[in-house]
Amino acid sequence: MGMTIAEKIVALAAGVPEAKAGDIHTVELDYLMSNDGTTHLTVDMYNSLKHPRIADKNKLVWIVDHNVPCDSPKTAASQKKMRDFAKLNGITFYEGEGVCHQVMAEKYVCPGQLIFGADSHTCTYGALGAFGTGVGCTDYLYGMVTGKSWVLVPETLRFVLTGELSHGVTARDLILTIIGKIGANGANYKAMEFTGPAMKTLSMSDRLSICNLCVEAGAKTALMEVDEITLEYLAQHGGRTPKACFTSDPDAVFAAEYEINLSEVVPVTAKPHFVDNIAPVSECADVAIDEAFLGSCNNGRLEDLRLAAEIIRGRKVAPKVRFLVVPASREVYNAALKEGLLNVFMEAGAIVMNPNCSVCWGSCQGVIGEGEVLVSTGTRNFKGRAGDKNSFVYLASAATVTASAIAGKITQAF
Amino acid sequence: MEQFSGKIWVLGDDIDTDIIMPTEYLALKTIDDMRPYAFSPLRPELAGRICPGDIIVAGKNFGCGSSREQAPEVIKALGIRCVIASSYARIFFRNAINNGLLLIENSEIQKAVKEGDEIEVHVGEYILHDGVKYPVSSLPQNLLDILDAGGLVKAMQRLNGIV
Repeated sequence: MGMTIAEKIVALAAGVPEAKAGDIHTVELDYLMSNDGTTHLTVDMYNSLKHPRIADKNKLVWIVDHNVPCDSPKTAASQKKMRDFAKLNGITFYEGEGVCHQVMAEKYVCPGQLIFGADSHTCTYGALGAFGTGVGCTDYLYGMVTGKSWVLVPETLRFVLTGELSHGVTARDLILTIIGKIGANGANYKAMEFTGPAMKTLSMSDRLSICNLCVEAGAKTALMEVDEITLEYLAQHGGRTPKACFTSDPDAVFAAEYEINLSEVVPVTAKPHFVDNIAPVSECADVAIDEAFLGSCNNGRLEDLRLAAEIIRGRKVAPKVRFLVVPASREVYNAALKEGLLNVFMEAGAIVMNPNCSVCWGSCQGVIGEGEVLVSTGTRNFKGRAGDKNSFVYLASAATVTASAIAGKITQAF
Repeated sequence: MEQFSGKIWVLGDDIDTDIIMPTEYLALKTIDDMRPYAFSPLRPELAGRICPGDIIVAGKNFGCGSSREQAPEVIKALGIRCVIASSYARIFFRNAINNGLLLIENSEIQKAVKEGDEIEVHVGEYILHDGVKYPVSSLPQNLLDILDAGGLVKAMQRLNGIV
Protein backbone atom coordinates (compact mmCIF):
# COMPACT_ATOMS: atom_id res chain seq x y z
CA MET A 1 0.00 0.00 0.00
CA GLY A 2 1.15 3.53 -0.71
CA MET A 3 2.50 5.80 2.00
CA THR A 4 2.03 9.43 2.94
CA ILE A 5 4.99 11.80 3.43
CA ALA A 6 4.58 11.44 7.22
CA GLU A 7 4.67 7.63 6.96
CA LYS A 8 7.75 7.72 4.72
CA ILE A 9 9.71 9.99 7.05
CA VAL A 10 8.90 7.87 10.10
CA ALA A 11 9.84 4.68 8.20
CA LEU A 12 13.18 6.20 7.22
CA ALA A 13 13.90 7.35 10.78
CA ALA A 14 12.90 3.93 12.15
CA GLY A 15 14.96 2.05 9.57
CA VAL A 16 11.98 0.03 8.36
CA PRO A 17 10.67 -0.36 4.80
CA GLU A 18 7.12 0.61 5.64
CA ALA A 19 5.18 2.55 8.26
CA LYS A 20 1.48 3.15 8.41
CA ALA A 21 -0.79 5.40 10.45
CA GLY A 22 -1.44 3.93 13.89
CA ASP A 23 1.90 2.07 14.08
CA ILE A 24 4.28 2.96 16.85
CA HIS A 25 7.96 3.09 15.86
CA THR A 26 11.19 3.78 17.66
CA VAL A 27 12.95 6.43 15.62
CA GLU A 28 16.41 7.94 15.42
CA LEU A 29 16.07 11.71 15.77
CA ASP A 30 17.91 14.04 13.39
CA TYR A 31 17.84 17.13 15.61
CA LEU A 32 16.59 18.03 19.06
CA MET A 33 15.86 21.74 19.45
CA SER A 34 15.20 23.33 22.83
CA ASN A 35 14.70 26.93 23.97
CA ASP A 36 14.75 28.91 27.20
CA GLY A 37 11.05 28.21 27.83
CA THR A 38 11.83 24.82 29.38
CA THR A 39 15.53 23.88 28.95
CA HIS A 40 16.30 24.68 32.61
CA LEU A 41 13.83 21.90 33.54
CA THR A 42 15.56 19.49 31.16
CA VAL A 43 18.92 20.35 32.74
CA ASP A 44 17.54 19.74 36.24
CA MET A 45 16.16 16.35 35.24
CA TYR A 46 19.39 15.45 33.43
CA ASN A 47 21.40 16.27 36.53
CA SER A 48 19.14 14.03 38.63
CA LEU A 49 19.97 10.96 36.50
CA LYS A 50 22.18 8.26 37.90
CA HIS A 51 24.34 7.95 34.79
CA PRO A 52 23.70 11.00 32.63
CA ARG A 53 25.01 11.02 29.10
CA ILE A 54 24.23 12.71 25.79
CA ALA A 55 23.76 10.35 22.85
CA ASP A 56 25.06 12.82 20.24
CA LYS A 57 25.72 16.44 21.15
CA ASN A 58 25.82 17.40 17.48
CA LYS A 59 22.09 16.76 17.24
CA LEU A 60 21.25 19.24 19.98
CA VAL A 61 20.52 22.88 19.14
CA TRP A 62 19.72 25.19 22.06
CA ILE A 63 18.31 28.62 21.40
CA VAL A 64 17.49 31.39 23.86
CA ASP A 65 14.62 33.31 22.29
CA HIS A 66 11.72 33.62 24.74
CA ASN A 67 13.25 36.29 27.02
CA VAL A 68 15.93 38.19 25.10
CA PRO A 69 17.50 40.15 26.64
CA CYS A 70 16.65 38.86 30.12
CA ASP A 71 13.99 40.77 31.96
CA SER A 72 14.45 39.56 35.53
CA PRO A 73 16.89 37.79 37.85
CA LYS A 74 14.66 34.71 37.57
CA THR A 75 14.98 34.41 33.79
CA ALA A 76 18.67 35.31 34.02
CA ALA A 77 19.16 32.37 36.37
CA SER A 78 17.31 29.94 34.14
CA GLN A 79 19.22 31.09 31.05
CA LYS A 80 22.53 30.90 32.90
CA LYS A 81 21.77 27.30 33.78
CA MET A 82 21.11 26.58 30.10
CA ARG A 83 24.17 28.50 28.87
CA ASP A 84 26.56 26.93 31.39
CA PHE A 85 25.31 23.42 30.61
CA ALA A 86 25.62 23.99 26.84
CA LYS A 87 29.19 25.24 27.23
CA LEU A 88 30.19 22.38 29.52
CA ASN A 89 28.77 19.77 27.16
CA GLY A 90 29.68 21.32 23.79
CA ILE A 91 26.07 21.89 22.73
CA THR A 92 25.35 24.33 19.89
CA PHE A 93 23.96 27.43 21.56
CA TYR A 94 22.43 30.65 20.27
CA GLU A 95 21.12 33.74 21.97
CA GLY A 96 20.00 36.90 20.25
CA GLU A 97 20.00 35.03 16.95
CA GLY A 98 16.23 34.92 16.58
CA VAL A 99 13.10 32.94 17.28
CA CYS A 100 14.07 29.27 17.50
CA HIS A 101 12.00 27.98 14.58
CA GLN A 102 13.22 30.69 12.24
CA VAL A 103 16.83 29.98 13.25
CA MET A 104 16.27 26.24 12.71
CA ALA A 105 14.79 26.89 9.24
CA GLU A 106 17.66 29.18 8.28
CA LYS A 107 20.49 26.95 9.53
CA TYR A 108 19.53 23.32 10.16
CA VAL A 109 16.30 21.74 8.95
CA CYS A 110 16.64 19.47 5.91
CA PRO A 111 13.93 17.66 3.95
CA GLY A 112 13.22 14.12 5.14
CA GLN A 113 14.45 14.69 8.70
CA LEU A 114 12.57 13.86 11.86
CA ILE A 115 13.07 16.59 14.45
CA PHE A 116 11.87 16.97 18.03
CA GLY A 117 11.58 20.45 19.46
CA ALA A 118 10.67 21.30 23.04
CA ASP A 119 8.23 23.85 21.68
CA SER A 120 4.80 23.32 20.19
CA HIS A 121 5.49 25.24 16.97
CA THR A 122 8.16 22.76 15.85
CA CYS A 123 5.67 21.71 13.13
CA THR A 124 7.04 24.76 11.23
CA TYR A 125 9.75 22.54 9.70
CA GLY A 126 7.23 20.89 7.38
CA ALA A 127 7.74 23.86 5.07
CA LEU A 128 11.12 22.28 4.29
CA GLY A 129 9.72 18.77 3.95
CA ALA A 130 10.80 17.71 7.45
CA PHE A 131 8.69 16.04 10.15
CA GLY A 132 8.99 18.43 13.10
CA THR A 133 6.96 17.85 16.22
CA GLY A 134 6.70 19.51 19.61
CA VAL A 135 7.42 17.60 22.81
CA GLY A 136 7.73 18.36 26.50
CA CYS A 137 11.02 18.45 28.34
CA THR A 138 10.75 14.85 29.61
CA ASP A 139 10.41 13.47 26.08
CA TYR A 140 13.20 15.84 25.10
CA LEU A 141 15.44 14.48 27.85
CA TYR A 142 14.77 10.91 26.73
CA GLY A 143 15.75 11.83 23.16
CA MET A 144 18.81 13.72 24.37
CA VAL A 145 20.04 10.75 26.43
CA THR A 146 19.18 7.95 23.99
CA GLY A 147 19.15 9.72 20.61
CA LYS A 148 15.81 8.04 20.03
CA SER A 149 12.16 8.24 20.88
CA TRP A 150 8.89 6.54 20.00
CA VAL A 151 6.31 8.03 17.69
CA LEU A 152 2.79 7.07 16.85
CA VAL A 153 2.57 7.40 13.06
CA PRO A 154 -0.09 10.05 12.44
CA GLU A 155 -2.95 9.90 10.02
CA THR A 156 -2.79 12.66 7.42
CA LEU A 157 -5.29 15.35 6.52
CA ARG A 158 -4.51 16.49 3.00
CA PHE A 159 -5.15 20.01 1.82
CA VAL A 160 -5.13 20.47 -1.95
CA LEU A 161 -4.51 24.14 -2.63
CA THR A 162 -5.73 25.66 -5.90
CA GLY A 163 -6.03 29.19 -7.27
CA GLU A 164 -4.00 32.11 -6.01
CA LEU A 165 -4.24 34.51 -3.05
CA SER A 166 -5.65 37.92 -3.97
CA HIS A 167 -3.59 41.07 -3.45
CA GLY A 168 -3.46 41.91 0.24
CA VAL A 169 -4.46 38.40 1.32
CA THR A 170 -1.63 36.45 2.93
CA ALA A 171 -0.64 32.89 3.76
CA ARG A 172 -1.56 33.70 7.34
CA ASP A 173 -5.12 34.50 6.31
CA LEU A 174 -5.13 31.14 4.52
CA ILE A 175 -4.00 29.05 7.50
CA LEU A 176 -6.27 30.93 9.92
CA THR A 177 -9.15 30.25 7.54
CA ILE A 178 -8.25 26.54 7.47
CA ILE A 179 -8.06 26.40 11.29
CA GLY A 180 -11.45 28.11 11.48
CA LYS A 181 -12.80 25.47 9.12
CA ILE A 182 -11.49 22.36 10.89
CA GLY A 183 -11.39 23.71 14.48
CA ALA A 184 -8.78 23.96 17.22
CA ASN A 185 -8.59 20.19 17.56
CA GLY A 186 -9.56 19.36 13.98
CA ALA A 187 -6.16 17.85 13.28
CA ASN A 188 -5.43 16.47 16.76
CA TYR A 189 -2.72 13.78 16.58
CA LYS A 190 -2.72 14.11 12.77
CA ALA A 191 -0.35 15.42 10.13
CA MET A 192 -1.54 18.25 7.87
CA GLU A 193 -0.13 17.89 4.36
CA PHE A 194 -0.34 20.70 1.82
CA THR A 195 -0.14 20.07 -1.89
CA GLY A 196 -1.71 21.17 -5.17
CA PRO A 197 -1.11 23.58 -8.03
CA ALA A 198 -1.16 26.65 -5.76
CA MET A 199 1.99 25.53 -3.93
CA LYS A 200 4.17 27.11 -6.61
CA THR A 201 2.62 30.49 -5.77
CA LEU A 202 3.64 30.22 -2.10
CA SER A 203 7.10 31.43 -1.08
CA MET A 204 9.17 29.78 1.67
CA SER A 205 8.05 32.58 3.97
CA ASP A 206 4.41 31.72 3.21
CA ARG A 207 5.06 28.03 3.71
CA LEU A 208 6.74 28.49 7.07
CA SER A 209 3.81 30.63 8.18
CA ILE A 210 1.29 27.97 7.12
CA CYS A 211 3.08 25.01 8.72
CA ASN A 212 3.87 26.96 11.90
CA LEU A 213 0.23 27.47 12.82
CA CYS A 214 -0.89 23.86 12.22
CA VAL A 215 -0.42 23.01 15.91
CA GLU A 216 -3.25 25.47 16.59
CA ALA A 217 -5.49 22.90 14.91
CA GLY A 218 -3.90 20.26 17.14
CA ALA A 219 -1.65 18.82 14.43
CA LYS A 220 1.29 16.64 15.35
CA THR A 221 3.18 17.87 12.33
CA ALA A 222 2.73 19.69 9.03
CA LEU A 223 4.27 18.61 5.74
CA MET A 224 4.92 19.96 2.26
CA GLU A 225 6.58 18.45 -0.78
CA VAL A 226 10.09 19.55 -1.73
CA ASP A 227 10.21 21.60 -4.95
CA GLU A 228 12.40 24.24 -6.64
CA ILE A 229 11.40 26.81 -4.03
CA THR A 230 12.58 24.51 -1.22
CA LEU A 231 15.83 23.64 -2.96
CA GLU A 232 16.58 27.28 -3.72
CA TYR A 233 16.01 28.20 -0.06
CA LEU A 234 18.36 25.43 1.07
CA ALA A 235 20.98 26.53 -1.48
CA GLN A 236 20.79 30.12 -0.21
CA HIS A 237 21.03 29.00 3.39
CA GLY A 238 24.30 27.15 3.73
CA GLY A 239 23.88 24.86 0.73
CA ARG A 240 22.20 22.15 2.77
CA THR A 241 21.33 18.88 1.08
CA PRO A 242 18.12 16.95 1.69
CA LYS A 243 18.15 13.71 3.66
CA ALA A 244 15.24 12.59 1.45
CA CYS A 245 12.59 14.28 -0.68
CA PHE A 246 9.23 12.59 -0.31
CA THR A 247 5.81 12.92 -1.88
CA SER A 248 2.74 10.95 -0.85
CA ASP A 249 2.02 7.95 -3.10
CA PRO A 250 -1.08 8.12 -5.33
CA ASP A 251 -2.60 5.21 -3.36
CA ALA A 252 -1.64 6.57 0.06
CA VAL A 253 -4.49 6.65 2.58
CA PHE A 254 -5.62 10.03 3.93
CA ALA A 255 -7.97 10.56 6.86
CA ALA A 256 -9.64 13.35 4.90
CA GLU A 257 -8.95 15.53 1.90
CA TYR A 258 -9.94 19.18 1.51
CA GLU A 259 -9.72 21.38 -1.56
CA ILE A 260 -9.07 25.01 -0.75
CA ASN A 261 -9.34 27.65 -3.47
CA LEU A 262 -6.92 30.40 -2.46
CA SER A 263 -8.73 33.02 -4.51
CA GLU A 264 -11.73 32.67 -2.16
CA VAL A 265 -9.69 33.46 0.97
CA VAL A 266 -10.27 36.90 2.49
CA PRO A 267 -8.35 38.76 5.24
CA VAL A 268 -9.43 37.24 8.55
CA THR A 269 -8.80 37.61 12.25
CA ALA A 270 -8.94 35.10 15.09
CA LYS A 271 -10.96 36.83 17.77
CA PRO A 272 -10.40 36.36 21.52
CA HIS A 273 -9.83 33.85 23.04
CA PHE A 274 -9.54 30.98 20.56
CA VAL A 275 -7.46 30.54 17.41
CA ASP A 276 -10.41 28.93 15.61
CA ASN A 277 -12.72 31.87 16.41
CA ILE A 278 -12.33 33.23 12.88
CA ALA A 279 -14.14 36.17 11.31
CA PRO A 280 -13.46 38.36 8.27
CA VAL A 281 -11.46 41.47 9.24
CA SER A 282 -14.30 43.55 7.80
CA GLU A 283 -16.60 42.31 10.59
CA CYS A 284 -14.26 43.59 13.32
CA ALA A 285 -13.65 46.99 11.81
CA ASP A 286 -14.78 48.97 14.85
CA VAL A 287 -12.58 47.27 17.44
CA ALA A 288 -10.23 49.92 18.90
CA ILE A 289 -6.69 48.71 19.68
CA ASP A 290 -4.02 49.66 22.20
CA GLU A 291 -1.13 47.77 20.68
CA ALA A 292 -0.14 46.11 17.40
CA PHE A 293 2.54 43.43 17.10
CA LEU A 294 4.40 42.41 13.95
CA GLY A 295 6.76 39.52 14.56
CA SER A 296 7.03 35.91 15.87
CA CYS A 297 7.88 32.58 14.28
CA ASN A 298 4.62 32.90 12.40
CA ASN A 299 4.99 36.28 10.74
CA GLY A 300 8.24 38.07 11.47
CA ARG A 301 10.03 37.33 8.21
CA LEU A 302 11.41 39.69 5.58
CA GLU A 303 8.35 39.42 3.32
CA ASP A 304 6.09 40.34 6.23
CA LEU A 305 8.25 43.37 7.02
CA ARG A 306 8.25 44.40 3.35
CA LEU A 307 4.48 44.18 3.18
CA ALA A 308 4.13 46.17 6.40
CA ALA A 309 6.63 48.81 5.26
CA GLU A 310 4.75 49.21 1.99
CA ILE A 311 1.60 50.00 3.98
CA ILE A 312 3.10 52.33 6.60
CA ARG A 313 5.70 54.18 4.51
CA GLY A 314 5.19 57.92 4.96
CA ARG A 315 2.36 57.40 7.44
CA LYS A 316 2.17 57.39 11.24
CA VAL A 317 1.18 55.00 13.98
CA ALA A 318 -2.09 56.19 15.56
CA PRO A 319 -1.75 58.31 18.71
CA LYS A 320 -1.74 56.26 21.93
CA VAL A 321 -1.12 53.02 19.99
CA ARG A 322 2.13 51.08 20.45
CA PHE A 323 3.33 49.31 17.30
CA LEU A 324 5.98 46.69 18.04
CA VAL A 325 8.03 45.46 15.09
CA VAL A 326 10.18 42.44 15.93
CA PRO A 327 12.09 40.73 13.09
CA ALA A 328 12.13 36.96 13.59
CA SER A 329 15.89 36.54 13.32
CA ARG A 330 19.22 38.31 12.99
CA GLU A 331 19.22 37.41 9.29
CA VAL A 332 15.79 39.01 8.85
CA TYR A 333 16.81 42.04 10.92
CA ASN A 334 19.99 42.59 8.92
CA ALA A 335 18.20 42.21 5.58
CA ALA A 336 15.47 44.63 6.69
CA LEU A 337 18.14 47.06 7.86
CA LYS A 338 19.93 46.92 4.50
CA GLU A 339 16.69 47.40 2.59
CA GLY A 340 15.85 50.47 4.66
CA LEU A 341 12.69 48.90 6.10
CA LEU A 342 13.54 49.50 9.74
CA ASN A 343 13.84 53.24 9.01
CA VAL A 344 10.34 53.23 7.64
CA PHE A 345 8.99 51.75 10.87
CA MET A 346 10.99 54.04 13.13
CA GLU A 347 9.94 57.13 11.18
CA ALA A 348 6.32 56.03 11.44
CA GLY A 349 6.60 55.91 15.23
CA ALA A 350 6.87 52.15 15.66
CA ILE A 351 9.08 50.48 18.27
CA VAL A 352 11.59 48.23 16.50
CA MET A 353 12.99 45.51 18.75
CA ASN A 354 15.67 42.84 18.70
CA PRO A 355 14.72 39.39 17.35
CA ASN A 356 12.89 37.36 20.02
CA CYS A 357 9.47 35.86 20.83
CA SER A 358 8.31 39.17 22.34
CA VAL A 359 4.66 39.64 23.30
CA CYS A 360 3.59 36.55 21.34
CA TRP A 361 4.30 34.54 24.45
CA GLY A 362 3.23 37.21 26.92
CA SER A 363 6.45 37.80 28.74
CA CYS A 364 9.54 39.92 28.33
CA GLN A 365 8.30 42.75 26.09
CA GLY A 366 5.15 44.61 25.24
CA VAL A 367 2.71 42.76 27.46
CA ILE A 368 -0.69 44.38 27.62
CA GLY A 369 -2.67 45.56 30.63
CA GLU A 370 -6.16 45.00 31.94
CA GLY A 371 -8.85 45.55 29.32
CA GLU A 372 -6.34 46.33 26.57
CA VAL A 373 -6.61 45.07 23.00
CA LEU A 374 -3.70 43.73 20.97
CA VAL A 375 -3.82 42.96 17.26
CA SER A 376 -1.03 40.52 16.62
CA THR A 377 0.78 38.39 14.07
CA GLY A 378 1.69 36.07 16.95
CA THR A 379 0.64 32.48 17.28
CA ARG A 380 -2.02 32.46 19.99
CA ASN A 381 -4.85 34.54 21.40
CA PHE A 382 -5.65 32.54 24.53
CA LYS A 383 -7.05 34.36 27.55
CA GLY A 384 -4.13 36.11 29.25
CA ARG A 385 -1.64 34.96 26.61
CA ALA A 386 -0.24 38.45 25.98
CA GLY A 387 -0.37 39.86 29.49
CA ASP A 388 -3.22 40.61 31.87
CA LYS A 389 -5.81 37.87 32.18
CA ASN A 390 -8.50 40.37 31.28
CA SER A 391 -7.01 41.51 27.98
CA PHE A 392 -7.88 40.71 24.38
CA VAL A 393 -5.80 39.43 21.47
CA TYR A 394 -6.89 39.44 17.83
CA LEU A 395 -4.65 37.44 15.50
CA ALA A 396 -4.26 38.79 11.98
CA SER A 397 -1.84 39.14 9.07
CA ALA A 398 1.09 41.55 8.80
CA ALA A 399 -1.02 43.66 6.46
CA THR A 400 -4.00 43.86 8.83
CA VAL A 401 -1.81 44.49 11.88
CA THR A 402 0.01 47.36 10.17
CA ALA A 403 -3.13 48.97 8.80
CA SER A 404 -4.68 48.65 12.27
CA ALA A 405 -1.65 50.30 13.90
CA ILE A 406 -2.15 53.30 11.61
CA ALA A 407 -5.92 53.51 12.07
CA GLY A 408 -5.97 52.75 15.80
CA LYS A 409 -8.65 50.13 15.20
CA ILE A 410 -8.84 46.81 13.41
CA THR A 411 -8.59 47.64 9.75
CA GLN A 412 -8.28 45.77 6.48
CA ALA A 413 -5.20 46.98 4.60
CA PHE A 414 -6.30 46.65 1.00
CA MET B 1 -7.71 -2.64 38.62
CA GLU B 2 -7.09 0.45 40.69
CA GLN B 3 -10.11 2.40 41.90
CA PHE B 4 -10.64 5.63 43.79
CA SER B 5 -13.28 8.25 44.34
CA GLY B 6 -13.07 12.02 44.53
CA LYS B 7 -14.82 15.34 44.34
CA ILE B 8 -14.92 16.97 40.93
CA TRP B 9 -14.17 20.41 39.54
CA VAL B 10 -15.85 21.16 36.22
CA LEU B 11 -14.06 23.08 33.45
CA GLY B 12 -15.09 23.75 29.84
CA ASP B 13 -13.68 23.12 26.35
CA ASP B 14 -10.23 24.14 25.08
CA ILE B 15 -8.59 24.62 28.49
CA ASP B 16 -5.20 25.74 27.17
CA THR B 17 -1.77 25.53 28.76
CA ASP B 18 -1.66 29.32 29.28
CA ILE B 19 -4.73 28.97 31.48
CA ILE B 20 -3.32 25.96 33.32
CA MET B 21 0.00 27.74 33.94
CA PRO B 22 0.30 31.35 32.73
CA THR B 23 3.54 32.42 31.09
CA GLU B 24 4.43 35.03 33.71
CA TYR B 25 4.90 32.37 36.40
CA LEU B 26 6.91 29.85 34.34
CA ALA B 27 10.25 31.17 35.54
CA LEU B 28 9.40 30.60 39.21
CA LYS B 29 11.90 28.21 40.72
CA THR B 30 9.72 25.26 41.66
CA ILE B 31 6.36 23.78 40.75
CA ASP B 32 5.24 24.45 44.33
CA ASP B 33 5.92 28.16 43.77
CA MET B 34 3.71 28.02 40.66
CA ARG B 35 0.88 26.11 42.32
CA PRO B 36 -1.18 29.09 43.56
CA TYR B 37 -1.39 30.47 40.01
CA ALA B 38 -2.73 27.37 38.26
CA PHE B 39 -5.88 28.12 36.24
CA SER B 40 -5.70 31.76 37.44
CA PRO B 41 -6.72 33.48 34.17
CA LEU B 42 -9.95 31.49 34.22
CA ARG B 43 -10.63 30.88 37.91
CA PRO B 44 -8.20 32.60 40.28
CA GLU B 45 -9.78 30.91 43.32
CA LEU B 46 -9.49 27.37 42.00
CA ALA B 47 -5.91 26.49 42.96
CA GLY B 48 -6.58 27.43 46.58
CA ARG B 49 -9.68 25.28 46.76
CA ILE B 50 -8.52 22.08 45.10
CA CYS B 51 -7.76 19.35 47.64
CA PRO B 52 -5.55 16.31 47.16
CA GLY B 53 -7.58 13.53 45.58
CA ASP B 54 -9.92 15.85 43.66
CA ILE B 55 -10.71 15.20 40.01
CA ILE B 56 -11.05 17.59 37.07
CA VAL B 57 -13.79 17.02 34.50
CA ALA B 58 -13.41 19.06 31.31
CA GLY B 59 -14.58 19.21 27.70
CA LYS B 60 -12.75 18.82 24.43
CA ASN B 61 -9.13 19.63 23.57
CA PHE B 62 -7.89 19.85 27.17
CA GLY B 63 -4.27 21.06 27.35
CA CYS B 64 -4.13 22.67 23.91
CA GLY B 65 -1.38 25.18 23.26
CA SER B 66 2.24 25.16 24.25
CA SER B 67 4.48 22.24 25.14
CA ARG B 68 5.22 23.63 28.63
CA GLU B 69 5.50 20.64 30.92
CA GLN B 70 4.72 22.84 33.90
CA ALA B 71 1.05 22.41 32.90
CA PRO B 72 0.63 18.72 33.78
CA GLU B 73 3.20 19.08 36.56
CA VAL B 74 1.22 21.77 38.34
CA ILE B 75 -2.03 19.82 38.04
CA LYS B 76 -0.27 16.91 39.68
CA ALA B 77 1.27 19.17 42.32
CA LEU B 78 -2.23 20.39 43.24
CA GLY B 79 -3.01 16.80 44.14
CA ILE B 80 -5.47 16.23 41.29
CA ARG B 81 -5.93 12.45 41.12
CA CYS B 82 -6.89 12.39 37.45
CA VAL B 83 -8.35 14.49 34.64
CA ILE B 84 -11.40 13.31 32.72
CA ALA B 85 -11.96 15.13 29.42
CA SER B 86 -13.73 14.52 26.11
CA SER B 87 -10.37 14.82 24.35
CA TYR B 88 -6.81 15.99 24.92
CA ALA B 89 -4.33 17.95 22.86
CA ARG B 90 -1.51 15.68 21.72
CA ILE B 91 1.52 17.28 23.37
CA PHE B 92 -0.28 17.63 26.70
CA PHE B 93 -1.35 13.98 26.60
CA ARG B 94 2.24 12.84 26.23
CA ASN B 95 3.54 15.28 28.83
CA ALA B 96 0.90 14.20 31.34
CA ILE B 97 1.78 10.53 31.04
CA ASN B 98 5.50 11.40 31.22
CA ASN B 99 4.83 13.21 34.50
CA GLY B 100 2.66 10.50 35.99
CA LEU B 101 -0.68 12.32 35.66
CA LEU B 102 -3.57 9.97 34.82
CA LEU B 103 -5.80 11.12 31.94
CA ILE B 104 -9.13 9.50 31.15
CA GLU B 105 -11.11 10.11 27.99
CA ASN B 106 -14.89 10.20 28.18
CA SER B 107 -17.28 12.56 26.42
CA GLU B 108 -20.58 11.61 28.09
CA ILE B 109 -20.08 12.31 31.77
CA GLN B 110 -19.82 16.09 31.23
CA LYS B 111 -23.56 16.24 30.53
CA ALA B 112 -24.48 14.63 33.86
CA VAL B 113 -22.09 16.03 36.45
CA LYS B 114 -22.00 19.27 38.36
CA GLU B 115 -19.15 20.73 40.35
CA GLY B 116 -18.74 19.22 43.77
CA ASP B 117 -20.22 15.83 42.82
CA GLU B 118 -18.44 12.72 43.98
CA ILE B 119 -17.46 10.18 41.36
CA GLU B 120 -15.83 6.79 41.50
CA VAL B 121 -13.13 5.91 38.98
CA HIS B 122 -12.31 2.31 38.11
CA VAL B 123 -9.17 2.78 36.03
CA GLY B 124 -9.42 1.20 32.60
CA GLU B 125 -13.04 0.10 33.21
CA TYR B 126 -15.63 2.72 34.07
CA ILE B 127 -16.53 5.88 35.98
CA LEU B 128 -19.48 5.73 38.39
CA HIS B 129 -21.61 8.84 38.95
CA ASP B 130 -25.05 8.92 40.52
CA GLY B 131 -25.53 5.20 39.87
CA VAL B 132 -24.61 5.48 36.18
CA LYS B 133 -21.54 3.74 34.75
CA TYR B 134 -19.55 5.53 32.03
CA PRO B 135 -17.21 3.11 30.25
CA VAL B 136 -13.61 4.18 29.69
CA SER B 137 -10.95 2.48 27.61
CA SER B 138 -7.87 0.98 29.19
CA LEU B 139 -4.37 2.34 28.70
CA PRO B 140 -1.66 0.00 27.38
CA GLN B 141 0.51 -1.62 30.04
CA ASN B 142 3.66 0.36 29.20
CA LEU B 143 1.84 3.66 29.83
CA LEU B 144 0.36 2.27 33.06
CA ASP B 145 3.89 1.36 34.14
CA ILE B 146 5.04 4.94 33.53
CA LEU B 147 2.06 6.30 35.51
CA ASP B 148 2.66 3.83 38.30
CA ALA B 149 6.28 4.91 38.63
CA GLY B 150 5.27 8.57 38.71
CA GLY B 151 6.56 9.53 35.27
CA LEU B 152 8.88 8.54 32.44
CA VAL B 153 12.17 9.42 34.14
CA LYS B 154 11.22 7.50 37.28
CA ALA B 155 9.98 4.58 35.19
CA MET B 156 13.30 4.37 33.35
CA GLN B 157 15.18 4.54 36.64
CA ARG B 158 13.02 1.74 38.00
CA LEU B 159 13.42 -0.30 34.81
CA ASN B 160 17.16 -0.41 34.39
CA GLY B 161 18.85 2.21 36.46
CA ILE B 162 20.66 3.40 33.34
CA VAL B 163 19.06 6.77 32.92
